Amino acid sequence: MDYSAVGLSREEYDSLVDLLRREPNETELRLFGVMWSEHCSYKSTRPLLKQFLTSGPTVLQGPGENAGVVDLGKGWGLAFKVESHNHPSAVEPYQGAATGVGGIIRDILAMGARPTASMDGLFLGDPKNLKSHALAQGIVKGVGGYGNSVGVPTVGGKTFYHESYNKNPLVNAFCAGIVKLDNLVSSQTAKPGQKVLLLGAKTGRDGIAGAAFASVELNEDTRQSRPQVQIGDPFTEKRLIECCLELLEEKLVASMQDMGAAGVLSSSSEVASKSGVGMVLDLDKVPQRETNMQGWEIALSESQERMLLVVEPSKIHAVIRVAEKWDLDCTEFGIVTEEEEYVLREKGVVTASLPPALIGGNAPVIHWASREPEDLKSRSALPSFTPPEKWNELLLSLLTSPSLGKKNWIWEQYDSMVQTNTVEGPGQSVSVTRVLPSENYVAFSMEADPWKCFISPYQGGAETVAKALRSLAVAGASPLGLTDCLNFPSPEKSTQFWELQQCVAGMAECSKALECPVVSGNVSLYNEYPEGRILPTPLVVAAGMIPSLDTYIPSGKWQENDRIFLVGELEAAFGGSHYIYNRTGSFYGPLLPFDPEKEKDFLRRALETAAQGAANSGRPLAGGGLGVALAKETMACGFGLHVAITAPVRLDSFYFSEGGPRALYAVSPEKVEEFLDIWEKFPLIELGTVRGTHLHGMGAFNISVIDLQKAWEE
Amino acid sequence: MRSAVVIFPGSNCDQDVLRALREHTRGVVEPVWHANENLPKDTDLVVLPGGFSYGDYLRPGAMAARSPIMKAVKEHAARGRYVLGICNGFQVLTEAHLLPGALLPNKSLSFICRPCHVRVETTGSPFTSRYSRHKVLQFPIAHHEGLYFLPDKELEELEKNGQIIFRYVDSRGALSEESNPNGSKDNIAGIANAERNVLGLMPHPERASDPALGGIDGIGMWHSIQSWIEEKGRK
Repeated sequence: MDYSAVGLSREEYDSLVDLLRREPNETELRLFGVMWSEHCSYKSTRPLLKQFLTSGPTVLQGPGENAGVVDLGKGWGLAFKVESHNHPSAVEPYQGAATGVGGIIRDILAMGARPTASMDGLFLGDPKNLKSHALAQGIVKGVGGYGNSVGVPTVGGKTFYHESYNKNPLVNAFCAGIVKLDNLVSSQTAKPGQKVLLLGAKTGRDGIAGAAFASVELNEDTRQSRPQVQIGDPFTEKRLIECCLELLEEKLVASMQDMGAAGVLSSSSEVASKSGVGMVLDLDKVPQRETNMQGWEIALSESQERMLLVVEPSKIHAVIRVAEKWDLDCTEFGIVTEEEEYVLREKGVVTASLPPALIGGNAPVIHWASREPEDLKSRSALPSFTPPEKWNELLLSLLTSPSLGKKNWIWEQYDSMVQTNTVEGPGQSVSVTRVLPSENYVAFSMEADPWKCFISPYQGGAETVAKALRSLAVAGASPLGLTDCLNFPSPEKSTQFWELQQCVAGMAECSKALECPVVSGNVSLYNEYPEGRILPTPLVVAAGMIPSLDTYIPSGKWQENDRIFLVGELEAAFGGSHYIYNRTGSFYGPLLPFDPEKEKDFLRRALETAAQGAANSGRPLAGGGLGVALAKETMACGFGLHVAITAPVRLDSFYFSEGGPRALYAVSPEKVEEFLDIWEKFPLIELGTVRGTHLHGMGAFNISVIDLQKAWEE
Repeated sequence: MRSAVVIFPGSNCDQDVLRALREHTRGVVEPVWHANENLPKDTDLVVLPGGFSYGDYLRPGAMAARSPIMKAVKEHAARGRYVLGICNGFQVLTEAHLLPGALLPNKSLSFICRPCHVRVETTGSPFTSRYSRHKVLQFPIAHHEGLYFLPDKELEELEKNGQIIFRYVDSRGALSEESNPNGSKDNIAGIANAERNVLGLMPHPERASDPALGGIDGIGMWHSIQSWIEEKGRK
């Protein structure tokens, strides 16, 4: 069998032979084909990811385990991670999205945490395009179908529409869970003599080499790849969650690992490698759903809803009893050994024998050529356009555009309230859930800004991270950490690799400057079709802690006679703005440079505003700028505002430019002094007082709040 | 008052109901595993919680209705003791023939999760005794199969006997097609059996039992059943 048949390059094969000091046999070659794929090995991005700040006072577990963990206090931690399921969702949207949700939930569970909140980042094609519309429908149904059934609330998300996702939609599934630190699971704790068990669903041929499939471009034949998409069963997953948590509570397992990409092979070799032990696995003992499965098929199958357990021999009976209660298969199929050798057997015959560290860890890094795109400068050039004449129509058209409009068709299909801890559900700039055992609250903000990342990958990457942290700060949440999903096209094209490098550099710089460590993440490359590529789409989810609801500032809570302040500059930039896209059909234009000092200053003051309870409502300016932020606030509270400023800036720039730290606050009259003290020497203007029935921006729009609401609801 | 919350494989809202009962009723509240054949001694109220028992495979509630514990639940109901089925629990009750009718897929054919308004149609039930008649409550719904169906003739009977306990309405209490989220017959959100000791409803009162989560209209239901049992004594 040839190395190219399993997706390895000549150099990789040579390197493998060097490391092994022999030729691999066919089974071994198949294993390496998957484990050294981009999806499993991060061979294109490992050096880039090293730039991230990964530690800090809140971090209990950084990257390297199934999910990152940060400290919530009182002996509890928050495990969280975001992961892509892009290629499967492009081929089979319902199952692709559903199993994405299931996979990330098991990552959280594998840390010993109870999954408590999910979110989804969806990047969908032009809604007028029939194909992308059908994909979107299937994806949303899949996310809901799985998440609702397993009883993990979907508390928010991010949806962005652009034609570059027409055939290659992106599905980024995020999950967070709470873990008693005593029960925190590690993959480094397996010891010789312990047994290896497989818990959960039976193993079939579904998803074999799915990881390798995710590591090449999609093409017209991709529909043929449907056998590589796994089928989800949320009912089994729900029982798996309850069963695993019961096993942990009873202290019955030594280590646990979920089976995601490359199934049995990656989960078991990872435990062996990280624990510094060996393993002997009898593949024929794995319960199978299909007949005549080859050993390598069993090792690589990505059948869903399975967990690998490492258990002391004396506890096996107790483990099996709990599994029986939940009606799950639980089968011993291997043993942990002292000698650092990872051995696969079929009917007693050894079919593979490898050093464990080699399997997951040693894929040679690929240094792709990197080159600045020739059209880069032109991306920052503003297309010619005339300022609007019909301002009301402009505002309505922005408010009802696919990306900025109301998305309840999506989130009403998700159970956002199960577990009864959802304080702020979907549709707000942050989602907030209560954590009963640590007696506090966690806020999440999910952000992505592909347009800005395309114009200037570095500034766009920094802006993406900054946006997420601004939302947290305005809500009163101090950052605990963040997780990222890097969705990019093929790194094999030098200009595309350059974009990836620059985006990561911008993200890393921003998270470092703003002291928010990256604790977990995922990379999805090769998101492209022969006709086109996706925009650079790094997505981040930041988690923050709110000590008490007294210091939480929601949005949409203007009260009559509140005074409205804009903090931040009078105008930002037109590049990557929804306004420019609306006016010209292009999103090109200049961006603001990332200003770490100003960002830090903003975050500090925003947190102080919340800590002192100095505002009734706060909203960071994001897509659609000040105009859309004003409209959303007035719609939510039902009151109007008359903005009568004579700004020394272009009105369209004042209302619709985007970027940088800016926010809208509603302050009770008696708190104004306190509020102004907090924001002293920060750019700020007062926009007006909450009253009346109309949102009136002098010289621009003048529209009744009822008309805004009507347009929004449609 | 002693309450038991049945946990089927796939139940989701069991912990939520346990918490609401513990916070808003006095007495013992305990979970019961579906494979048990008996309820705890002296149980007054059994709650079948929401979720996806048995993954909703076959039909929602169909398999749970045949779980071992259901024999005991039926005996419990036959003695005049109290049974409450919420969402999937309501589906289990119709599948177990403890309540008439069936719950069909929503008219939109999609899962719907959102706050709804329901109107208390009668206060003459153990579950609504502490509300005022026609009070409008905000209860969230979260289901895919919530369209309550019953042939017209039987529906008339239900109405005549005062078995219709909750109806979907708008925020001012008016019946309308727009306020009916799932296409239920006659805007029905919850019904009782003829004796009114068994109630099933699709909305989730346990999700409206905590001010931090945006609603407290459900608390009246827990108080109603508590005071009903205290006044009438154990059956």
